[in-house]
Amino acid sequence: MTKTYGFDTLQVHAGARPDPATGARQVPIYQTTAYVFRDAEHAAALFNLQEVGYIYSRLTNPTVAALQERIATLEGGVGAVCCSSGHAAQIMALFPLMAPGRNVVASNRLYGGTITQFSQTIKRFGWSAKFVDMDDLEAVKAAVDDDTRAIFCETIANPGGYVTDLRAIADIADAAQIPLVVDNTTATPYLCRPFEHGASLVVHSTTKYLTGNGTVTGGCVVDSGNFDWTASGKFPSLSEPEPAYHGLKFHETFGALAYTFHGIAIGLRDLGMTMNPQAAHYTLMGIETLSLRMERHVANAQKIANWLENDPRIDFVTYPGLDSSPYKDRAATYCPKGAGALFTFAVKGGYGACVKLVDSLELFSHVANLGDARSLIIHSASTTHRQLTEEQQRKAGAAPEVVRVSIGIEDADDLIADLDQALTKATA
Amino acid sequence: MDYSLTLLKRVLTEAKTVAVVGVSSNPVRPSYFVARYLRLKGFRVIPVNPGLAGQELFGETVYPDLKSIPFDVDMVDIFRRSEAVPPLVDEALERWPSLKTIWMQIGVEHTEAAAKAEARGVTVIQNRCPKIEYQRIFGELRMGGFNTGILSSKL
Ligand SMILES: Cc1ncc(COP(=O)(O)O)c(C=O)c1O
Repeated sequence: MTKTYGFDTLQVHAGARPDPATGARQVPIYQTTAYVFRDAEHAAALFNLQEVGYIYSRLTNPTVAALQERIATLEGGVGAVCCSSGHAAQIMALFPLMAPGRNVVASNRLYGGTITQFSQTIKRFGWSAKFVDMDDLEAVKAAVDDDTRAIFCETIANPGGYVTDLRAIADIADAAQIPLVVDNTTATPYLCRPFEHGASLVVHSTTKYLTGNGTVTGGCVVDSGNFDWTASGKFPSLSEPEPAYHGLKFHETFGALAYTFHGIAIGLRDLGMTMNPQAAHYTLMGIETLSLRMERHVANAQKIANWLENDPRIDFVTYPGLDSSPYKDRAATYCPKGAGALFTFAVKGGYGACVKLVDSLELFSHVANLGDARSLIIHSASTTHRQLTEEQQRKAGAAPEVVRVSIGIEDADDLIADLDQALTKATA
Repeated sequence: MDYSLTLLKRVLTEAKTVAVVGVSSNPVRPSYFVARYLRLKGFRVIPVNPGLAGQELFGETVYPDLKSIPFDVDMVDIFRRSEAVPPLVDEALERWPSLKTIWMQIGVEHTEAAAKAEARGVTVIQNRCPKIEYQRIFGELRMGGFNTGILSSKL
C-alpha cells in the first residue's frame, strides 16, 4: 500500500522536499526566467513534451511547482496549474474544454466578478454561459445542451449562505459526459474536497484562504484525473492531434495527466496567465497553516452568526451552520468541519443602516476581499456585485439590504463587541 | 486500476531489459519517445515491430515479434490495441518462463489476458505509462506540479 498522510501533514510537506541543489529546507524562491538545457537533445525533448523539466518560467518554475503539487495533493487531484489570479484560473479551466459556439452551464449564485466574466467577457471568445438555479435540478438538466462543455458552481457560494448540492450536479454532468468544475475558494480543501463528491475539476482563487494573509493574488486549476476526455468526442483539444506538438494527442500520451499537461503546454504557453514565484512563496507560507486557520475561521463564524441571529437589530443571517438555514443539512454533508466563514446578514433599517454599519466598524476592514486572517465586511450590492442587475444581485444572495462578512481568526468576542457598537450607531 | 508506488517502484527497478511491442520509428509518437526515455534512464530497450524488423533503434536490432528475441527480457511493454493483447501475452509467457512484468500502455487493457499472466506469477500493469510512473517515482513529475504522493524530508 502507498502510505497515506493526514491533511495537516500534507499541507506542510506536499511538494516541498528539501531543495536538491542546496538542501534548503524551506522551498526557495526560484527567481529566474529561464533554465539551462543539458544539450540540444534535452532541449528538443523538453519542447516536444517528451520529458518533464524546466524551460521558461511562463510554463514552469520550481517554486510554483511546489505549490501546484501541494494544492493538487490537498484536493486529492493528480495535478494542478497555478495562475496569476482566481479569474485567470477560471479562464484556464474552461480553455481546453470550450470553443466558439460552446457554452458552460453556471450557477446563478456565484461571485459577482465571475458572473460578469461569464456573462460578458467570455462572449468575445465565442463562448457563452447559461445561468441556472442549482437547486432546480430539472432546470440544470434542461440547460445542458449538445454544445455544453462544462457545469460550473461554487462549493459555498460567495457572498455566502448557500451550499451547492455537488453530488446532484455531478450526476447531471456525468450523464451529459461533461465535467463539473467547482470553484472551491470559499470552502478550501480543508472543509470540502469536491472530487469526493463527483467533481472533475476544481478552481481556486488562492488569493483567499489558501494564502490566508491578504498578500498576493493567485489562482489554481486542479484536475481529478478521473474524466475520460476521449469517450464523448466533445473535447478535441485533449483527444485529437495537437498541431503545435507534431500531432501529439494529450489524452493518449498523458492519460490521467492530460488536462494538466495541456494547461501548461497550451494554456500557460499561449495565454501566459502565469503565477510568479514570489506569489507562490507567500501562498506556500500561508497554506502550511490552512487547517489551523480554517478551524478558527469556522468556529468564529458560527459564534458570530449565532450572536447576530439573536440580536433584535438584525433581520436575518444566512450562515449555513445555523439551524435556521435551509442549507444546514447540506452543509453538514459537504462541509462537516464547518460551513465556512463567509455569510451575509440583513440589518433592520435596510440599505442606509448597512452603509452606516460598515462605516462604524473599527476592527472589521471595509475591503473587496475574503479569506483574510482579518475580519472583512463589504456591501456586496454596491461593490463586488455592482455590475449585476438588482434581480441578479438578489439571486446571487447579494441583495441591497444585506452586508457580507468574511470572519477572520481574531478573538470572536472582540469581533462581536465591534459589531455591537457599530450596530448601535447604525440603528440609532 | 490502482497500483501502489511500492509496486511500481519494484517493477521499474527490477527490470533491466524491456521489449517494447509496437514501437514506432517516428520520434513524435509516444511509443518512440517512451522507449527512448527508458533507454535514457539506463534500461536496455528491445524494439519489436514487424514493419521495422532488421532496422536499428536505440542501439538495438528491431525484432519482428517476441519469439524472435534470442535472449531474456524482464518486462514486455505493449503499445498495441487492447484486442491485440491476448496473443502477445501468450507469446511472451511461452518465450520467457522467467518474465517478471507485462506492462500495457495508457488505453490498453485486457482483463482475461492479465489474469492469465498473473496466474503464472507475472506482475501485470494495465492502462499506465512506464515513463510517467518513472517520472512520478523518481521526482521528475514534481517539476510539472503533479501529485507524486511522495513526502520526504531527505535530500
Ligand atoms: C469565489 C471566488 N472565486 C473567484 C474569485 C476571483 O479570484 P481573484 O480575485 O483571485 O481573481 C473570487 C474573488 O473574490 C471569489 O470570491
